[in-house]
Amino acid sequence: MAQKGKSTDVADGLVRFEAVSKRFERHVAVDRLTLDIRAGEFFALLGPSGCGKTTLLRLLAGFETPDEGRILLGGEDIAAVPPHLRPVNMMFQNYALFPHLTVAGNIAFGLRQESLNKTAIAARVGDMLAQLKLDGLGRRRVNQLSGGQRQRVALARSLVKRPRVLLLDEPLAALDKKLRAETQFELMALQRKLGTTFVIVTHDQEEAMLLADRIGVMNEGRLVQVGAPAEVYERPNSRWIASFVGDVNLIEGRVAEGGRVLDSRSGLFRIDRANGLAAGSRACLALRPEKIRIALQAPMEPDIAIVTGQVAEIGYRGDSSMYKVRLADGSLLKAAASNMAPAVEAGIAVGAKVWLWWPHAAGILLTD
Amino acid sequence: MAAHSQFIKRSWGTRIALLAPYLWLLVFFLVPFVIVLKISLSQTALAQPPYAPVLDLAAGWRGLVAFVRALSFEAYRLIASDAIYLLSYLKSLEVAAVSTAILLLIGYPIAYGIVRFPRRWQPVLVVLVVLPFWTSFLIRVYAWINILQRDGILNGVLIKLGILHAPAAWLASDTAIYIGIVYSYLPFMVLPLYATLEKMDWSLLEAAADLGCTRLRAFWLVTAPLSAPGIGAGVLLCFIPIVGEFVIPDLLGGSETPMIGQTLWLEFFSNKDWPVASALAVTLLFLLVVPMMFYERIQRRELEAGA
Repeated sequence: MAQKGKSTDVADGLVRFEAVSKRFERHVAVDRLTLDIRAGEFFALLGPSGCGKTTLLRLLAGFETPDEGRILLGGEDIAAVPPHLRPVNMMFQNYALFPHLTVAGNIAFGLRQESLNKTAIAARVGDMLAQLKLDGLGRRRVNQLSGGQRQRVALARSLVKRPRVLLLDEPLAALDKKLRAETQFELMALQRKLGTTFVIVTHDQEEAMLLADRIGVMNEGRLVQVGAPAEVYERPNSRWIASFVGDVNLIEGRVAEGGRVLDSRSGLFRIDRANGLAAGSRACLALRPEKIRIALQAPMEPDIAIVTGQVAEIGYRGDSSMYKVRLADGSLLKAAASNMAPAVEAGIAVGAKVWLWWPHAAGILLTD
Repeated sequence: MAAHSQFIKRSWGTRIALLAPYLWLLVFFLVPFVIVLKISLSQTALAQPPYAPVLDLAAGWRGLVAFVRALSFEAYRLIASDAIYLLSYLKSLEVAAVSTAILLLIGYPIAYGIVRFPRRWQPVLVVLVVLPFWTSFLIRVYAWINILQRDGILNGVLIKLGILHAPAAWLASDTAIYIGIVYSYLPFMVLPLYATLEKMDWSLLEAAADLGCTRLRAFWLVTAPLSAPGIGAGVLLCFIPIVGEFVIPDLLGGSETPMIGQTLWLEFFSNKDWPVASALAVTLLFLLVVPMMFYERIQRRELEAGA
């Protein structure tokens, strides 16, 4: 995690996309995209399906060629390097394991293409089997394996080549929820141990935030925001990012009082952060549901924004509940509360009149 | 046992449906085979039918005993003693092996090419491969006579192009047999190959490239082994009927060593030697059953390993 504190320094960028574009017939998959990925970091490309994140990965692997722009690896343009010569390996979404080979045969496949002797290959395959807890499965056929085992074989096969960058295309999408959660932590531990640069493509924002040192959020072929998970979550730079990454309440209004207040239908809210916005310009306050407190009594804390309303819906999630509260102006505000006391005892039922409040600093002012 | 008790529990309709293929095999394969086998153990006779003994069911048990006593391996002894039969078999196997190899060399690229076309074009291309089948087989072979004869189209084109100066004799040669067979059997090679390649997961080739294979290496290490079932099916579908092929060598071939189908025809129709003709057929069957069982075993091992 040492990478997180670093500034966006081009010098330590291992991979660099420079104004890269890729079109498929009329569809623009990647649109003049510039991105630096640092050596040794776990980078996640996050976005809705069709945003171009997989295309970006395939451009790096060499399966697609850019229409415009350059892709640099370690400072060198790799446009002319065919996929089989790139020091980059990919773990495919469907794993693409060779059904006619054993587990060991699959893992050794890449090493056999290098000029390595049999003992060296066997040693590296054995080492990889051990690292990914596949001991004793080397002689199995891949279709005799469970989903989790297949996933690990695919990971082993791409890692055994010791790539400079490991590309992972939705590597956990095929696993069930519980196994996915376990595997996420294993993947993080593995990346830290090996120090290899990992670039993962995922549509699951929780997964991206959990795994990655930095996240690049993509939409319609462009990078919308790049930053550490907390940065993207706490300081989204647009309404789209705020609502794509996590759950959010957007309170629309106009800036007033020299940029210090947002005037909305639901009331006046203080803006905690300096902004150069002229009075009367449109803006919106983004509020994460978990930052809003909810209670039947009025709060006593200082420095908070307060609204009242009536509970319209309650979504019980076990560990927490999501309350949808209708405010006086008819708008809905979502507040999440962790169920520290059993939810039934909290006494907040549908129809109850409640107080909602949050510290002024919790609101994020957005203009885009 | 489990399968057996399951069968008993089924309704009559299901049972008949399950038995249908076996009944078919019994009536149209096993019974004719037993008849041919019986004739192969007889001797020629100037009678109607032209062999003896003939089973007389009216004579009861004693008739049956007399019939069995009169059976002999005379026809098989004759086949073994005369080199012409052995040469005929060898010739058939040679023609079948060479033409199957040529068929594979031509059929594989065709099937591969079809699979690499956009999916909506593939059915059209498959139909194009099968299209010649809509014309009678005999007419197509006669058309080849037309093409290959001394003043035929082939010689005409080759002379026009300056490749030949005088017309060549294509007909009545092994070349003509190979041309005829490869042309006629091509769909039997292309279709099973297409069926296998069509199911191929092409991301495997990307994976191979990603792991350091050139396109050619990826073909040998991934595509070829994965299309083995199609290759096996295509080779069997071509090789077996070609061994017994009669029409093509008879119409296009020369007077050199005949293929076994021609020899069999000769024994049956010209020499009226039904026992020898039947013995040739039975021997041919066993000759083909052996490689077939071998293939079956490989396939079963593949399946077990895959399960």
